[in-house]
Amino acid sequence: MKLFKRHNNVLPGFGLSIGFTIFYLSVIVLIPLSSLVFRTAGLTWGEFISTVTAPRVMASYKVTFGAAIIAALINSIFGVLVAWVLVRYRFPGRRIVDALVDLPFALPTAVAGITLATIYSPNGWVGRYLEPHGIKAAFTPFGIVLAMTFIGLPFVVRTVQPVIEEIEVELEEAAVCLGANRRQTLQRIIFPMLLPSILTGFALSFARGVGEYGSIIFIAGNMPMVSEITPLLIITKLEQFDYQGATAIACVMLLTSFLMLLVINLLQKWSRRYAE
Amino acid sequence: MSAPVAIIPRSQNPKGRLQTEPAAVRWLLIAIALAFLTLFLALPLAAVFSQAFEKGLSVYLTALQEPDTLSSIKLTLITAALTVPLNLFFGVTAAWAIAKFSFPGKNLLITLIDLPFSVSPVISGLIYVLIFGLQGWIGPWLQAHDIKIVFAVPGIILATIFVTFPFVARELIPLMEAQGKDEEEAALVLGASGLQTFFRVTLPNIKWGIIYGVILCNARTMGEFGAVSVVSGHIRGMTNTVPLHVEILYNEYNYTAAFAVASLLAFLALITLAVKSVAEWKVRLQLGNE
Repeated sequence: MKLFKRHNNVLPGFGLSIGFTIFYLSVIVLIPLSSLVFRTAGLTWGEFISTVTAPRVMASYKVTFGAAIIAALINSIFGVLVAWVLVRYRFPGRRIVDALVDLPFALPTAVAGITLATIYSPNGWVGRYLEPHGIKAAFTPFGIVLAMTFIGLPFVVRTVQPVIEEIEVELEEAAVCLGANRRQTLQRIIFPMLLPSILTGFALSFARGVGEYGSIIFIAGNMPMVSEITPLLIITKLEQFDYQGATAIACVMLLTSFLMLLVINLLQKWSRRYAE
Repeated sequence: MSAPVAIIPRSQNPKGRLQTEPAAVRWLLIAIALAFLTLFLALPLAAVFSQAFEKGLSVYLTALQEPDTLSSIKLTLITAALTVPLNLFFGVTAAWAIAKFSFPGKNLLITLIDLPFSVSPVISGLIYVLIFGLQGWIGPWLQAHDIKIVFAVPGIILATIFVTFPFVARELIPLMEAQGKDEEEAALVLGASGLQTFFRVTLPNIKWGIIYGVILCNARTMGEFGAVSVVSGHIRGMTNTVPLHVEILYNEYNYTAAFAVASLLAFLALITLAVKSVAEWKVRLQLGNE
């Protein structure tokens, strides 16, 4: 009667594999992450609030979240365009371009950071054309947006691309048969189908931007109150042996990422419902 | 299993059937997309190599043979040699449990496995300092026994394992779920042992999924900066990985050397992208044939 044990499953190794999975997950992820919560609990509520709302910290939130929103917006617009062009149009070098989209996943952030800083510095490849127009890119908040756009780009393309691939041609044909012109088809049929995935891509790109450190610090200039991102502030506090302060700010960031994770999960549920 | 039409990938559909934009609009959109990608992706990539070779090949090679550079390469290789196999083993085990069995709390487990992706790298490093650091939970005990974890090699490895934790698992879970368990069940009914079933039936089926996960895990392992930066302590020649060494060289205004070392990582990224594309294509092919 072994067949009826373990939910009618004859495959072996469930106990062993699930046991190891939970053990490894606890040791590497859950217990270390919980240390953050416990350390923060050592602070009184008043101390916690005054630490995480200090002017320099508030300024860093503004820079980090503001830049991440702008970068995610840029990525949403151009990411959808890139995904559309890659799926729907044929042009020479399309496969190479498709593979290159993942570069920000594969290129170490430190390399991206020093490269972007070099290109956008006043005598760099791009910076020298911005400088005469009075645009300073490197070592300003604008540089932070550039770095966040770079690292967030694949998220939008890779979430929207499969959805465009799945669109039934018949739907577009039906729209045309019913008298819709191309603009109406795009606006009323295709855009609503893409919307959940665009929002998911936006959220993923935003979340990545908020947490990003390596590619930003080289191009940001890191001026307190102006271009200092929150992850850098955590490191600064740590280097001053202000463990409590670092932990409290990290806790706020962790909470934000959990919120983002929740939103992304809900969005993905929504887009899956659309797909069915 | 599905309707025969679905087997033909969309890209092979006769183009004429697709409603599309006028040619002028099409080429305009392609041009805008390519201009954006050139500015944001191709240009930085070209800049790495251009800066690295700016002062000629001999300067490039000298920069790479510097002792501190060599020791950072060695540390990065050691880190990868420990991190990747551990996370590979975990990924296969977790995917086996999750994809082949049903149990309550499965979705929660998948979310928890994905967790490190949504945590800022800086926080990934910080949590290990909080536990193993001098002011941490077991820091004093460690110091009494003269064991160094944070600001030493073990801390770097731990933080890297955390950051790359989900890579293999999250690639294998959907793949193994899509493949189902019919083939394994057939093998067991025909008298194969559990391990025989895994190595002769499951493993060949998930081979390309594993390669995909491992190559991405390896790229992140060798390139991780934020988390490692927090736990490393930045001791030259001792606890500097390749990305950290790039930072040091760059901050010392030694740009040619910084970009020379960075070009190694950029080269690794290009190999990663190539292998990833092949693996992706193979996985698609495999799933399409079923």
